[in-house]
Amino acid sequence: MNIHEYQAKEILRAEGVPIPPGEVATTPEQAEAIAKKMGGMVVVKAQVHAGGRGKAGGVKLAKTPEEAKELASRILGMQIKGLTVHKVLVTSAADIASEAYVGIILDRATKKPVFMVSPAGGIDIEEVAATTPEKILKLPIDTRYGLQPYQASELGFFLFDDVKKVRAASKIMMALYQAFMKNGASLAEINPLVVTPAGDVVALDAKMVIDDNELDRHPELAALRDETAEAASEVDARNSSLTFIKLDGNVGCVVNGAGLAMATMDLVKFYGGEPANFLDIGGSSNPEKVVNALRIITADPSVKVILFNIFGGITRTDDVANGIVTATKANPLKIPIVIRLTGTNEEIAMKILQENGFSASSDMDEAVKKAVDLATKGGKAA
Amino acid sequence: MSIFIDKSTTVIVQGITGRDGGFHTKQMIEYGTRIVGGVTPGKGGQKFDDKVPVFNTVHEAVKETNANTSVIYVPPMYAADAMMEAADAGIKFIVCITEGVPVLDMTRVYPFVKEKGARLLGPNCPGLITPGESKVGIIPGRICTPGNIGVVSRSGTLTYEVVYQLTRAGMGQSTCVGIGGDPINGTNFIDCLAAFEADPKTKAVAMMGEIGGTDEQEAAEFVRKHMKKPVVGFIAGQTAPPGRRMGHAGAIISGSAGTAAEKIEAFEKAGMGVAKRPIDFVQLLKDRM
Repeated sequence: MNIHEYQAKEILRAEGVPIPPGEVATTPEQAEAIAKKMGGMVVVKAQVHAGGRGKAGGVKLAKTPEEAKELASRILGMQIKGLTVHKVLVTSAADIASEAYVGIILDRATKKPVFMVSPAGGIDIEEVAATTPEKILKLPIDTRYGLQPYQASELGFFLFDDVKKVRAASKIMMALYQAFMKNGASLAEINPLVVTPAGDVVALDAKMVIDDNELDRHPELAALRDETAEAASEVDARNSSLTFIKLDGNVGCVVNGAGLAMATMDLVKFYGGEPANFLDIGGSSNPEKVVNALRIITADPSVKVILFNIFGGITRTDDVANGIVTATKANPLKIPIVIRLTGTNEEIAMKILQENGFSASSDMDEAVKKAVDLATKGGKAA
Repeated sequence: MSIFIDKSTTVIVQGITGRDGGFHTKQMIEYGTRIVGGVTPGKGGQKFDDKVPVFNTVHEAVKETNANTSVIYVPPMYAADAMMEAADAGIKFIVCITEGVPVLDMTRVYPFVKEKGARLLGPNCPGLITPGESKVGIIPGRICTPGNIGVVSRSGTLTYEVVYQLTRAGMGQSTCVGIGGDPINGTNFIDCLAAFEADPKTKAVAMMGEIGGTDEQEAAEFVRKHMKKPVVGFIAGQTAPPGRRMGHAGAIISGSAGTAAEKIEAFEKAGMGVAKRPIDFVQLLKDRM
């Protein structure tokens, strides 16, 4: 789960990371009031789950509260990478002498959180890794012992020569690690970590991604989820315990299991079609999930055909068949549906479908081809 | 022969009295798996289904039953503890079915299990099956048939799909292993490929990977350097958008890394067969055997 910059900053501030003061505004008037309170120059920053906010014009410097208001009115409502800006962070501006990068990512290869630090901050770290990898220090941490002070110090010395700054940076490393572990993060990043002309080390931007699997034990983090920052269909799907990702095509896919769902999308593409979504109804046999899945998919006007691909293992195919019948009785379909079912209770499922006027196939390729045909040429319901 | 499990494997079920644990224990017993005990703290002394003894701790279960393998069906927040308990009790093969285990938990579990000398499969996996002998986990037994194809995959239902196609084509399996869809897991592709290479019964391997991480790329390198048996690979997620988690916690393209294209390229470089569709495994394997 992504959280906003202002939320990540609140978490880091609580751990003792020095961060210039700031508050969130949803209206230009609020932005003006906050700027007045901060005094001096402020930065108005779009709060969206997208990188490249600066380049998109979503981060601006304001000299006066009036200017902050004016900038906020331009940034609020702006689209950045397809996402609408609903909030801005208004924060005191800091003078910058130098910029560094500090981050922790959960690394699959070492199976550990890995610190990445670089004196080349302020730019995309992937770019630094590609062009000047010698400017990055990577340090895997054994979570059974945690970040040790000597390690934090080693990281600090990679960034600075001056001992006072090294100490300040090491303290920030310890705080960042605490925040990462306490909040079940998969990424925590300070970019840039700046040195001011006065020699202070402060965090100007912060990013955190929380492991979705941690949300059950961190209700306070689950509450940080900003549903206005996501596609409405994805919010609806999550609230219905479905894993759904919206795509640009016109073949709506309902599949059980993530691997098979991806393989089904790929097969749609293989036969010349475009998948409209990724949707995994999961392993449980609940007809209600099928009803919800159909509601979410048919709400998208670009979907021309619905393709079910169900391999019944734990999932009972008769439950899926019942779900299809229930859902289409309540809300008759306006577009064709192609059903592929095989596995647990297949015979019962086929009977239920036939009795209700549906036909179904047990072959994946056959079903996908048919769905693609219907979507591209426009055909009649099966 | 087979890999990891066979007729002699003795299994305890952690979470045997739970809904999923109970359901799948019955299925495993029906398939012929030697389920010798179960563990649910607080329910020690009971019998599951009137025949399987239930213990309070894994230590007790191991002492009484001599089980060498454990399968875990406990809720995600307790799974890390269950895996560590099994390793500490001397279980040598731990299969964790549970989906949704926090990844940071796995950063503690993985080194712990390794230091205890145990093998972990999963978490978030369907387990494994040696057709006709034993199954540990949730793979439906009736889609499998004994034979000489080794199957290894990051997915559950996609594995079933491929195994079903193989079985329909008359191509049986030595062992089918689901390594799971999480970013940090116990057993990876290379572990399975090495075991299949060493297994006299396995003649060829079908491998199903997906987007995210570099496990498939490293596996391809292993195939090129160390395997004589033919390997055919498939990658799910060619149409997946970058930066989105495709159901599995580990199925995510980060920046420009972990795409299907780079994995397929690695397969091709290693001289592996590349299945474009699940059905293609049948012909590609036939051609190579």
